[in-house]
Amino acid sequence: MIIATNITKQFGKLKALDNVSTSCKEGECIALIGPNGCGKTTLIKSILGMVVPDSGVITFRGKDIKNQWEYRDEIGYMPQIGRYPDNMTIGQVLDMIKNIRNKKTALDEDLIESFLLREILDKRMKTLSGGTRQKVSAALAFLFNPAVLILDEPTAGLDPLASEILKEKIIKEKGKLILITSHILSELDDVVTRIIYMQDGKLLFNKSIEDLKQDTGEVKLAKAIAQVMKI
Amino acid sequence: MKKIIKFVITDILRNRTMMVYTLFLLASSFSVFSLEDSNSKGLLSLLNIILIVVPLVSIVFSSIYVYNSAEFIELLVSQPLKRKSIWLSIFGGLAASLSIAFFIGAGIPVLIYQANMIGLTMIVVGIMLSIIFVAIAMLAAVKTSDKAKGIGAVIMLWLYFSLMFDGLVLFLLFQFADYPIEKPMIGISALNPIDLSRIMILLQLDISAMMGYTGAIFKDFFGTFTGISFSIIVLLLWIALPVWYSTHKFNTKDL
Repeated sequence: MIIATNITKQFGKLKALDNVSTSCKEGECIALIGPNGCGKTTLIKSILGMVVPDSGVITFRGKDIKNQWEYRDEIGYMPQIGRYPDNMTIGQVLDMIKNIRNKKTALDEDLIESFLLREILDKRMKTLSGGTRQKVSAALAFLFNPAVLILDEPTAGLDPLASEILKEKIIKEKGKLILITSHILSELDDVVTRIIYMQDGKLLFNKSIEDLKQDTGEVKLAKAIAQVMKI
Repeated sequence: MKKIIKFVITDILRNRTMMVYTLFLLASSFSVFSLEDSNSKGLLSLLNIILIVVPLVSIVFSSIYVYNSAEFIELLVSQPLKRKSIWLSIFGGLAASLSIAFFIGAGIPVLIYQANMIGLTMIVVGIMLSIIFVAIAMLAAVKTSDKAKGIGAVIMLWLYFSLMFDGLVLFLLFQFADYPIEKPMIGISALNPIDLSRIMILLQLDISAMMGYTGAIFKDFFGTFTGISFSIIVLLLWIALPVWYSTHKFNTKDL
């Protein structure tokens, strides 16, 4: 569904992405892992068209995404740090995005309900805590029932209760293409089907979860990854 | 696109700076017209205020607005929207609200006291200047991602257009006083929208007679239909080129 070929991106002297190629099929749940600053977010932002790669091609359903915008209609994106206009209330942000997306089909308001966002709809974005902002981002990503979910550090900053709700929601969405970058993978054991490990802008390995468990001889995903990280 | 323009305009009109700007323009235009004994003299004083204040407010306000909307822009870019329409909507919203503020603040008093060709030219020129400096501010904002640097650059640009350019022109005039440089001066005036606007209005007032030989050459050119269309086209280019270039830059900007 999404195919990236030889993506390279340089920020000044730093090579954020170095000849990265990968492909994601429908129904997969891919965990994108690696140390801080290894280019995970840059890769995600390139897929979203927020960062323009220096070279390489990304296709979505067979179409080059360069200068395209319609394909983002099928993507729900939850950024690592959700940044919203300070003076807008939660309700206004939700309304504005609904207005822009202009979806005729039913909206998926599960997360708005379970995060109890309805009660604070008229709070301004600048008064929100980091965790509440993350809740808004998560609610927005799932709202339009997109075919692809891109979640950048979804559970960072959420309290245990909220991150449990989010995890359950992700598990419920199994069958869609889900791309997650995260450090806490132990709870996603039964969702993740493939691991992509990045380091210094390079793709170190790209394996299905069964292969990985077999290679390392570990049953727990987190331990298997720890094994790999040591090498 | 319409939705974003509407959002930007309502957001700006709620802004207190815009109210203060409009009220300031209203107060200065009414006081200028009631202080001077003849309306055309009032217009001249108002012209000087407008040529300083309108570019300054337009360029500083727009650049700060663009920097403060960084989050908003980032949010929009991750949505199914064309980057071009996001950028042009912000430009449209800014241009529309600054033009409305100028029209209410200076346009209406001018129409009350001087509803003739000169008054109308002045309103058109003022609105054009507002839009030109929105375009320049957006170009500066897309080129520099650092807010403090960007606002500094924008203030330098304003200084250049309203003060330094005149100094350079005077310098050139003195250096080449022995040569017939009156005609090239017409071309040079096109390099500064503020100067061009000033010439356009001054030449319609009688005082152009006091500007000597250069004034006569200018009147010969800018007083004609070709001259006026030339100035309008140049002013439109001052809007189109920065907007085109900044849209192009924004299309490949990393957010």
